[in-house]
Amino acid sequence: MTNDTTHFAGLRFMRLGIAALAAGMLFGVIGGFQFLFPDFLQELLFTKTRPLHVSLVVSWIFLVAIGGIYFYLPRQCNLPLFSAKAANLHFWIFLLTGLAIIGSYLSGRFGGREYFEFHPALSIPIFLTWILFGINYFNTARQDKGPWPVYYWMWGTGIVFFFITYTEAHLWLIPYFRENMVREITVQWKSYGALTGSWNMLVYGTALYLATRISGCEKYARSRLAFGLYFLGLFNLMFGWAHHTYLVPSDTWIRTFAYFVSMTELFIFGKILWDWRASLEDWQKNRHCNAYRFLIAADIWVFVNLGLALLISVPAFNLFTHGTHITVAHAMGSTIGINTMILLASVFYVIREELPSEIHARCSAQIRTGYWIANISLAVFFAALVLAGIGKGAYDGGSFQEMMAGIRPFLFAFSLSGVAMMIGFWIMLWHGFRLLGVVMAPSGVAEPEPA
Amino acid sequence: MSTLCIAFVIYSATIYTSGTAATHDQRMSDEARHGQQLYQEKNCVACHQFYGLGGYMGPDLTNAISRRGEAVSRAFITAGTASMPNFQLSNDEVTALVEFLRFVDKTGTYPPQDYDVLWTGGVSQEDDPR
Ligand code: HEC
Repeated sequence: MTNDTTHFAGLRFMRLGIAALAAGMLFGVIGGFQFLFPDFLQELLFTKTRPLHVSLVVSWIFLVAIGGIYFYLPRQCNLPLFSAKAANLHFWIFLLTGLAIIGSYLSGRFGGREYFEFHPALSIPIFLTWILFGINYFNTARQDKGPWPVYYWMWGTGIVFFFITYTEAHLWLIPYFRENMVREITVQWKSYGALTGSWNMLVYGTALYLATRISGCEKYARSRLAFGLYFLGLFNLMFGWAHHTYLVPSDTWIRTFAYFVSMTELFIFGKILWDWRASLEDWQKNRHCNAYRFLIAADIWVFVNLGLALLISVPAFNLFTHGTHITVAHAMGSTIGINTMILLASVFYVIREELPSEIHARCSAQIRTGYWIANISLAVFFAALVLAGIGKGAYDGGSFQEMMAGIRPFLFAFSLSGVAMMIGFWIMLWHGFRLLGVVMAPSGVAEPEPA
Repeated sequence: MSTLCIAFVIYSATIYTSGTAATHDQRMSDEARHGQQLYQEKNCVACHQFYGLGGYMGPDLTNAISRRGEAVSRAFITAGTASMPNFQLSNDEVTALVEFLRFVDKTGTYPPQDYDVLWTGGVSQEDDPR
């Protein structure tokens, strides 16, 4: 083990991400109960809990994906960071901006739009960090003269597109956009669709990186198939977003084109089915590895969520599912089942690589318990949302309160499974946070703190 | 790769311009603009949707004005309900929000009332201003 600690920047990002997820889930659970009991925690109105939940859990996705990149490049890929200082600066700007955003939500000061409800001035430091990150990433990765494995491309693409789509998400500040409601909503969702696509590039890039490392085989990450799927993902990132806005009166061709583009993902769906047996063998082989177990869960959730996504991207189905909890099932199912599982794989992979096995083996049983609680309650959570969505889809525009009363049992199941899921994740997050701390302890591998 | 990027630029430019050129020539009044800003500052989107996009605790507001009348909207916004907070808004602010809702109401119909489902899985919407 060397004394070089530049990879600690990545670990700091990961630990902050873990804290963000732990807190974000708590706000989610509170928000879930406010759905059922509007009087619950009046001091913290739903207008505050919702953005707190969303911003914190989205931060988790970005922080751990970014942390992984800052960690893996110098530590495992032989690519020293172009600037370790810039990585640390990135961390501090992220942390301070995050605190400012949380403070503004808590005090009830909004001014942005859905998902970025904070005052747009707070976006300036966010832009700044992505410029820093981009410069650092490309100058670091450039040291590898190539050809690059596909995950380097995916990470780079994620960074560039985050920048483009986050800019697009602020076009509403210009009256030309904001004074035309159809343009305003269309461009907003164009940017959100691609923004999700950009974080998926970061996260799926991480998944491929981990799979490559765990299997010890570089071949797939350099194969034509991997690059083909990368291009398909990029194509969908650029042109697939309009399935969110089938019912917004923009030009018809925009929707028709998005329908076509979305259906190209059938190819990925088919490929998963095709590879079913081979994946099964891989799973068997790597069953013992904590990190791999998360990748298996992510694989299964990809299948379920992609199936649902394909279905609701057909306009005829979308007509009934749009604006219902089925959309929420799709959004939460993917961010939890796919993104979060992959990022936990990344956290526990780092731990496995950096600590002697007797240290992390001690909490393996607890992590496994957390894993099963989280996955089983996610299945209930997902089903409850789909059922609530079907109930809302059947709503004929009559009494809103009656419709909400009708789907109440499902929302109950949703909130309760949310609590269970939070507990399952908290167990894993606690160990992840603690063990990453051990990795960073000054004496290299220190005695682990008592759990 | 470069073809893809060029296509993306042209596509985006079209969406920013002709792809979303409103079919109705409605100018946004200062009042409505103020209402739009209030809608963001009070974070109404946490509970409400336009065109089905937004939070789900309250109803979609796209056509709230034409479906249930301006007086209903005004009453809800002024006083709140058991499940909607009372934001203690001034009379002017309520008027601005109602004006904004009236503006949105004229941009289209949601959910669609008059449509056909095509064999391709597509939907043709007759009450669509496109
Ligand atoms: C905490 C959630 C919540 C927030 C925040 C909220 N509302 Fe509501 N709103 C509701 C609910 C729930 C209803 C339906 C109440 C009922 O039917 O009793 C409603 C009803 C309405 C209605 C009546 C719609 C109709 O057609 O019946 C209007 C108009 C409205 N809200 C406007 C607003 C505006 C403007 C804001 C922001 C200043 C806002 N609401 C913020 C929850 C909310």
